Amino acid sequence: MNMNRDQPSKRMLVRALHDLRAVEPPASLLPSVLRATGLADSYLSLETPVGTVFVAWNTQGITAVLRRDDATTFTEDFARQFQRRAVAADAKTASMLRPALEAAIRGERKPPLAFDLRNLSEFEQAVLRKALEIPRGQVRPYGWIAREIGRPRAVRAVGSALKHNPIPLFIPCHRVVLSDGQLGQYAMGGTDIKRALLQVEGAEPELLETLAREHVQYLGSDTTNIFCFPTCRHVRRVTPEHRVSFNSVREAVARGYRPCKVCRPA
Amino acid sequence: MPEEELVLALAANPGQAFDSLVLLWQQRVYGFALRLTANPQDAEEIAQDTFVRAWRALSQWPPERIRAMRMKAWLYQIALNVFRNRIARRSLTVVPLESPDGRPVIEPSDDWRERPDVAAESAELGRQVAASLVALPAHMRVAVVLRYVEGFTYREIAELLEQPEGTVKAHVHRGTRQLRNALQRERVGV
Repeated sequence: MNMNRDQPSKRMLVRALHDLRAVEPPASLLPSVLRATGLADSYLSLETPVGTVFVAWNTQGITAVLRRDDATTFTEDFARQFQRRAVAADAKTASMLRPALEAAIRGERKPPLAFDLRNLSEFEQAVLRKALEIPRGQVRPYGWIAREIGRPRAVRAVGSALKHNPIPLFIPCHRVVLSDGQLGQYAMGGTDIKRALLQVEGAEPELLETLAREHVQYLGSDTTNIFCFPTCRHVRRVTPEHRVSFNSVREAVARGYRPCKVCRPA
Repeated sequence: MPEEELVLALAANPGQAFDSLVLLWQQRVYGFALRLTANPQDAEEIAQDTFVRAWRALSQWPPERIRAMRMKAWLYQIALNVFRNRIARRSLTVVPLESPDGRPVIEPSDDWRERPDVAAESAELGRQVAASLVALPAHMRVAVVLRYVEGFTYREIAELLEQPEGTVKAHVHRGTRQLRNALQRERVGV
């Protein structure tokens, strides 16, 4: 069939037009629609001190941080847990956001990140927002959070809320320890990971564990007569010869010490 | 998921079924936009915008309205509006039909080229047709694409464009004639 020099017949043209239907939509179309409609969260992966984590977010803020080996496992687990999809962020967004997330994990001062905690109960939200107040390099016991949010008897519920923290690392549930000073469990990888994270942040977990073995829960200064949690920046400045240790609030108060107004141990 | 099933799923839970709607229609909507613009980036933006608008409407509708919808006509209507708005804003990029290295910008997809029954000759014709299409005035291009690429009936096109059937036939006829002339010029090298 040689028609190179002729006007194509109408039949040829109609056939050629019909064949123009054979196009493949770009793979990026569905994800971009789902992102733009808010029907899916975006995600990217980050290398962190605890390994590869996947961070998901939507227009409200960060929604989830999961430690997973690969994107497939992450998207499946995310869909199961949150009942919606997560799609990989486009390259431009990811390259803009990644440095900010890495800086936040390193604890460098940045504008605070937004979190989407709408799926959680008011109590759970209060627990997580309180955990956000614990400075890097310090720890607080579960009982402290319970007391601070006005539910002093709900220590176990605080532990449960932290265990189900959807945004670990960014909401530092690893900075919450047992009341006796032991590090306690860590949902994103166990006590060893928790210890490593606290080490990176400068919270001296070995010292904390030593104090816990000696049943020391608070440290004070005999010049100010103030007592603190062991990681409070105020008591860390106290020289060893002026440092005193207490096993309980009652003991500290009996010896004429008052609680620190910054770390609020009582 | 077939369309009837999809409509029921959308009426039951729009948020959960919407990605199925996109999966079912993205090839058609994107292809439609690509034939109108001959620019993959514009086509993707038009397709994205179409589905986002579709979601905004759909998510507000009561279930009975979703069950009563005519999905194909509705989606093409939105896509056409998006396309026309972009023409009005002159935001469509004008692309050369040959890229700087001489390769055609509009290439048939790989699976097309690998199909043994499609001769290289007709692939070349397809490329030329796609290029000539975008040179048509917009009203003729829309009519020809709807009739021959998308396979709409004249009645469906008339409803979609809100024009008399006779007008649509005239646009398709004139558009086809102009296409054949343009292709002949290209082949003869005039």
